[in-house]
Amino acid sequence: MPLLLPMSELLLILVSAILVNNFVLVQFLGLCPFMGVSKKVETAIGLSLATTFVLTLASICSYLVQHYILEPFDIEFLRTISFILVIAVVVQFTEMVVNKTSPMLYRVLGIFLPLITTNCIVLGVALLNANRSEYTFIQASVNGFAAGLGFSLVLVLFAAMRERIAIADVPKPFQGAAIGMLTAGLMSLAFMGFSGLIKL
Amino acid sequence: MSTWPIHPLRGGVHPPQRKTLSNQQPIQRAPLPKQLIVPLLQHLGSPTDAHVGVGDHVLKGQLIAESANLISAPVHAPSSGTVSFIGPQPYPHTSGQLMDAIVIDTDGLDMWCSLEPLTDFHTASASVLLDKIRQAGISGLGGAGFPTVIKLSPAANQPIKTLIINGTECEPYITADDVLMREKAAQLMIGIDILVRILQPENVLIAIEDNKPEAIAAVRSALDARSYHVVVLPTIYPSGGERQLIQILTGQEVPSAKLPAQLGILCQNVGTIVAVHDAVVEGKPLISRITTLTGEALHNPMNVECLIGTPAIDLLEFAGLQKNNMSRLIAGGPMMGFTLPALDVPVIKTSNCLLAASAAELPAPPPAMPCIRCGDCAEVCPANLLPQQLHFYALGEDHTQLQAHNLFDCIECGACAYVCPSSIPLVQYYRSAKADIREQANKLAKAEHAKERFEFRQERLRLEEERKEAERKARAERLAKTKAEQAKKAAQAQDANANNPSGASDDELKRLKITASMAQVALRKAQKQLDTHGTAELQAQVEQLRISAEQAKQALDAATPSTTSAAAVTKKPAKPELGAAEQALKKAKIDVAMKRAALRKAERNEANAETLAALQAELSLAEQGLDKLNQTEEVGV
Amino acid sequence: MSIVFISVAALVVLSLIFGAVLGFAAVRFRVEGNPIAEQINALLPQTQCGQCGYPGCKPYAEAIAAGDKINKCTPGGEATIQALAALLDVEPEPLDAVEGEKPQMVAFIREAECIGCTKCIQACPVDAILGAAKQMHTVIVSECTGCDLCVEPCPVDCIDMIPVTQTLQSWKWEQPLAPGTLIATDRESLS
Repeated sequence: MPLLLPMSELLLILVSAILVNNFVLVQFLGLCPFMGVSKKVETAIGLSLATTFVLTLASICSYLVQHYILEPFDIEFLRTISFILVIAVVVQFTEMVVNKTSPMLYRVLGIFLPLITTNCIVLGVALLNANRSEYTFIQASVNGFAAGLGFSLVLVLFAAMRERIAIADVPKPFQGAAIGMLTAGLMSLAFMGFSGLIKL
Repeated sequence: MSTWPIHPLRGGVHPPQRKTLSNQQPIQRAPLPKQLIVPLLQHLGSPTDAHVGVGDHVLKGQLIAESANLISAPVHAPSSGTVSFIGPQPYPHTSGQLMDAIVIDTDGLDMWCSLEPLTDFHTASASVLLDKIRQAGISGLGGAGFPTVIKLSPAANQPIKTLIINGTECEPYITADDVLMREKAAQLMIGIDILVRILQPENVLIAIEDNKPEAIAAVRSALDARSYHVVVLPTIYPSGGERQLIQILTGQEVPSAKLPAQLGILCQNVGTIVAVHDAVVEGKPLISRITTLTGEALHNPMNVECLIGTPAIDLLEFAGLQKNNMSRLIAGGPMMGFTLPALDVPVIKTSNCLLAASAAELPAPPPAMPCIRCGDCAEVCPANLLPQQLHFYALGEDHTQLQAHNLFDCIECGACAYVCPSSIPLVQYYRSAKADIREQANKLAKAEHAKERFEFRQERLRLEEERKEAERKARAERLAKTKAEQAKKAAQAQDANANNPSGASDDELKRLKITASMAQVALRKAQKQLDTHGTAELQAQVEQLRISAEQAKQALDAATPSTTSAAAVTKKPAKPELGAAEQALKKAKIDVAMKRAALRKAERNEANAETLAALQAELSLAEQGLDKLNQTEEVGV
Repeated sequence: MSIVFISVAALVVLSLIFGAVLGFAAVRFRVEGNPIAEQINALLPQTQCGQCGYPGCKPYAEAIAAGDKINKCTPGGEATIQALAALLDVEPEPLDAVEGEKPQMVAFIREAECIGCTKCIQACPVDAILGAAKQMHTVIVSECTGCDLCVEPCPVDCIDMIPVTQTLQSWKWEQPLAPGTLIATDRESLS
């Protein structure tokens, strides 16, 4: 493989995480908030910002933990538990920030804010970064950030569509979650069309 | 003559014009009706108050109603006669609801009141001219009815640079402005001169659509040496809307929440300007207008100069109405007009057309089908809105999105509904949504206001409580201080008393006096209580108080050295006591009222039958007592 | 053995560091008051009538912020329930009242029977009754919210609640049926 410039490598990571291997629609991680918080666009934007914040911080912290605590002391078997510890702390911190900046958003998100802890994307990105040991610190953080961007993109798109579907003339058997699932499936098909975007 | 550059209207539709039905003959004069119904609100703004009473004789052009509010236009009697009724009367509105109006029975003489024309308006000041226009009660005759004098009085820092004379008349069927321009072009010109004198604009544009060649010719020949531009526009609906016309003629778009005056542009209808001419040059107030009578249910469709307040049925019969052929009577045109529920509604200042449509001419619309998202509506919208989106948000009652899509910029022209292949009545959705949003905004404002009053009241009560507390504390302190002083003085007095056994000291005397007077006051209060509620306990209390009052008085008398009578103790002059009979009567009345209220409350709270019966019995007893007292009064006095 | 010791030590150190961070954040990002209650209060009609079971609109707003149901406000009616549901992202429920939604009412004092006791003045939460002791009392219609609190205290029961009449200026267009709800054959059979 020819040596790629560092900038273009970051661009690759960005495009890959946002479009080609979108975490929600292609890798099917993080579907719980995807279906649960997409009824209103404002809520969706709020949650996606929170999740992106968590993802970036969590991938940075887990990279640091992996490379400066787990690897030097040869305790890599503690990876899962320490990553979960990191993610839980970051989510708790995010909760406090959200409560301070917008109590109404905190109230509206309800249980989904602490549920970011169990969002597969966050642990998934952390573990993926750890597995790809060739990633530098910058690359790992950009991967986390890009995963958040991809999640936000899909969540906001889906929420906007669901708002319009809510007032459209949907046949009785399809109303509610059913039409949501159908729409999500079609969106997923569309995003899988990005798979030939980058040729290495 | 140089041509004025025009910017074609974005969107718009070409419905069949159907103008030849009514513009083939000159303006006819409508016959004088037997009754004139003149509503008190014919314009945008505050309703007027009647200045005449039932039975008054009024002359033609006499002021009959006026409002003190600035945004209003006075109303004048359209013909001479007698006022026969002032109150709710039929009104041209689609709901069929009544509106306060002055009804005049015409006497057939049509006698004018004294008129005060302005001899030479060229030398008159703007304020004099505006005053004449205001007194004449002129409001926009093009459809909206905004008081003209306010439109002609822009802010000092926003001078009018462009005056636009709206002669487009873009709506199908209506030809009132067309024939007005043909026959009254000279008066139109003088009217424009008056406006130019008031506003001093840089440009005057007279806009006429190209489907009115006779009107264009008449206006051009009446121009003489004036530098006004006659601009001929391609015929398209709705190029006559104020904002659309401004965009066509100047290319400028009036921003969403702003007025054309803020861009230095003013628009006036040709009918309004001829009315201005009549008001200034002839001193005549606005009492008549040109109305188009058209539709296939009329044998002789025409334009009439009719008096304001003429019942529609009179005009329609004058035009040869075929009632069995008429399926709908529309006030206005087929695009923006509304169906009138009855035929007896009067013509008002903004009635530009009465369209008696047959079933074949304007068939009932087919039932609405779901939107197929074809986008035709967005292509024709003259205000550049997205009617499809507005429709879906109106269905979902999403007020935020409706306002984000500029719902209130919709001029309700009906072009979108005209082209909709699913026959969706789009304009009705927008009207209903606008009304809902306005209603909610009102409710919110009212709730805010109520909250402020409530919080202010809580604050006021809290401050009162604090004040009372402070006073109570101050009083307690004062009392404690005086008690301490008294104790000190009493100790001194004891020593003094030892040297002066006979007669008490002054303080002692004062104390006894106070005790005695307080006892008297308490006795009087108790007696009053006894009079109103005669119970045994009160009787006993009164006795006790009487005894203690006697004792106090005796003590005082014993201590008093001088012979001041005990009567001086009573400081307050006794209130003039009511006679025993009147007292008893008052007591009985209050008794009855309270028992009645108690019974009604028990009924409302659904008490059981026994309680109700007992209360009923008490009430009847009390009523009997009252009756008896009343009888004795009548007999006795 | 040392691996156990190292792993435990590593986790303990990590937890201590994170605990310190969270502790600092808890102090730094403390939220005072109840801003949600303010936003909820802004949506309530402010009649202070008590029909929801709370002594005023602010206490009900605070109760909703603490988790109470949103369908108790009778004067607010359906519109208020919808607005609260939109704000709090919950499902709107039908109004929880005995008689259902009533039209807007105002109080009216029958002056012939008024005895000037000021009991209604003291009861009105927005000071919409004009009067003084032994003087005539009258309701200021533009300020009356129709809350009903003045009717009970009146000892001679001279206060009526009358519905606000609809005038030409308050009339409004009704929303037409949703398209597709009425088909041509239905309409023909109807007419």
